[in-house]
Amino acid sequence: MNKEVINIENISKSYLIGHETKESFITFRDVVAKTARQTFQKTKGLLKGDQLIAGNQIEEFWALKDISLNVNKGERLGIIGGNGAGKSTLLKILSRITEPTKGRVKISGRIASLLEVGTGFHPELSGRENIFLNGAILGMNRLEIKKKFDEIVDFSGVEKFLDTPVKRYSSGMYVRLAFAVAAHLEPEILLVDEVLAVGDAEFQKKCLGKMQDVSEGGRTVIFVSHNMQALRQLCTRSILLSAGNLIMDDFTPKVIDNYLQAHRNVFESKSMDEIINSLPPDPVFRFVEIKIIQDNQPVYSVVENGKPLEIEVKYQVFKKTSGLEVYFDLIDDQGVVLFRSFHDEDNDGIPTMEEGVYVSIAEIPADILAPISYELKILATIYNVRTFYPNGISIPLDVVRTGKTNRAYLSEPIIGKLAPFIKWDTLKIN
Amino acid sequence: MMNDQFDLIIEPGRTGKNYWRDLWRFRELFYILSWRDIKVRYKQTVIGVAWSIMRPLLTMLIFSFVFGKLAKLPSEGEAPYSIMVFAALLPWQFFSNSITESSNSLIGNANLISKVYFPRLIIPASSVITSFIDFIISFVIMVCIMVYYRFVPSLNILWIPLFVILSFLASLGTGLWLTTMNVKYRDFRHIVPFIVQLGLYISPVGFSSSVVPDKWKLLYSLNPLVGIIDGFRWCILGGGSDIYIPGLIISVSVILLIVVYSVFHFRKMEKSFADII
Repeated sequence: MNKEVINIENISKSYLIGHETKESFITFRDVVAKTARQTFQKTKGLLKGDQLIAGNQIEEFWALKDISLNVNKGERLGIIGGNGAGKSTLLKILSRITEPTKGRVKISGRIASLLEVGTGFHPELSGRENIFLNGAILGMNRLEIKKKFDEIVDFSGVEKFLDTPVKRYSSGMYVRLAFAVAAHLEPEILLVDEVLAVGDAEFQKKCLGKMQDVSEGGRTVIFVSHNMQALRQLCTRSILLSAGNLIMDDFTPKVIDNYLQAHRNVFESKSMDEIINSLPPDPVFRFVEIKIIQDNQPVYSVVENGKPLEIEVKYQVFKKTSGLEVYFDLIDDQGVVLFRSFHDEDNDGIPTMEEGVYVSIAEIPADILAPISYELKILATIYNVRTFYPNGISIPLDVVRTGKTNRAYLSEPIIGKLAPFIKWDTLKIN
Repeated sequence: MMNDQFDLIIEPGRTGKNYWRDLWRFRELFYILSWRDIKVRYKQTVIGVAWSIMRPLLTMLIFSFVFGKLAKLPSEGEAPYSIMVFAALLPWQFFSNSITESSNSLIGNANLISKVYFPRLIIPASSVITSFIDFIISFVIMVCIMVYYRFVPSLNILWIPLFVILSFLASLGTGLWLTTMNVKYRDFRHIVPFIVQLGLYISPVGFSSSVVPDKWKLLYSLNPLVGIIDGFRWCILGGGSDIYIPGLIISVSVILLIVVYSVFHFRKMEKSFADII
């Protein structure tokens, strides 16, 4: 089974991009002169067959740099990387939509790509007509489509609306029908880009299942996604791309860890310092430093919900004060405060703080946060007197799902704004 | 690693030897894309497909009236002026529709080009096929008009397939070139309507090419439509219209030259379409 089906040798891809230099044209004469010069240059370009690029400075931009890779038959390869890492460019080269600037790709077997669901769907045509249209565009012939027509309709669950123009479909129905067609392609190699990002939970589950079936039939799948769980579930091996470079090629869990790690290193401590320094001075209290820590490392923005998270607040108290509290609010993506927690809440009475520099560390345990975006707001107050900075300091938190909650059904989304791990006991009693 | 284990090699500048095989594999797409265009064209119209009959019919009436009745230009031989006009309108409308549709076809299908692979040639070619279906409808209308005038064509009519093929090639060749240029330079989107408008006057559509002085005839035939239109008239009107052989040869050569150059040019540019569209 170790037959190589894709062999990528040193491929690179460059695009030309244009910039506009900042010049202020004040006089009418300057503007006319510039326009005339540009028109002249463009006409010269037209005669030479050059590409038209907006802007007067042209730069060569490398979307992919020297990528080499082998994929064997039946393998499921994940491609991980941030925006602009070159994932889609790589898929576009493999599916022959665009040509590499350098290097060579060798492919054995029929290849089909699914870079978007519903490519070529025409809004005016009915569901039935679009199945044939889309199928043909994806490379199926009419006989094949006819043979699978019932299966496609069944999978999509839109049989009632088959003769309605798809422009009247709900977006969910549209996506389901589109994926149903694509899912019934039978290529030897399937390239999939981020299609799981659309559709509801049930549909996503169906897609993931279908893709698993596809590869179990001995076919090769290359899968690009931001959904770490889906990648973990589907792909045994993954590659990590960053700014067009191949950073890592290993087992999926390792690559995912590395990717999340790399994201954390973008900790912009400097900007946090700036925020703290920009606060107006107060005679009683000053924030010194705020850190979010996971895995003993400061993190910025992206965190995992399967691991504990520490909020470390360093501050200075200038005068002996009683009832001085440092606290945080966890706010969900709709602006609702989910909970508030104070540094001194587990005390019998109101404590008094001497002057000095303190550090308070709060630990949010593993398996509490849901995989959504939160806002963490750090505040400080004197009980019943005043809040030092009523707006607090906001820190965005993007949580990635790695926790225990509903681990058995990973393609099922987590419902709710928190995902605490609750202990269950199930006994067979009869 | 042996190369022959792989059946597809992607390299910069490589013109895939699989291209024509792919074109065959995707042959149904020609049909499906033209079917889509036709189907969509008359959606949400009151008279629907009747438009494809109305359009050529109205044009013919206007032309016969303006050129035949107002300008009093001579017809060819015994044929009624309407039939003479219609015989020219057939290839002209086919050509002008084809180049209008196909020159915008790649841009109109940009979403397909940037998301799926198939031989791009299919897109402009299926626009030409769509126009060809209109052509067939017009042809049927002309037969009806001939019946109305009780006009019997001569045996020349048997040559008509040759001229149909010629007009198909002329449309495809010109359309391919225009659409390739249009991807890179959208100026062509604005140029095409002028070509169509001008073409109507410099081709013998509303008048007979017999009004062109003899010494200019050879030069006039450089316009490939001249050979095609004269050919159509010769087939349909029969003996009353003479075919000018040297002119026809020039027209055919020009057409073949356009087709070969356009296909070559298209194939060369095709791979960068997704990047620059």
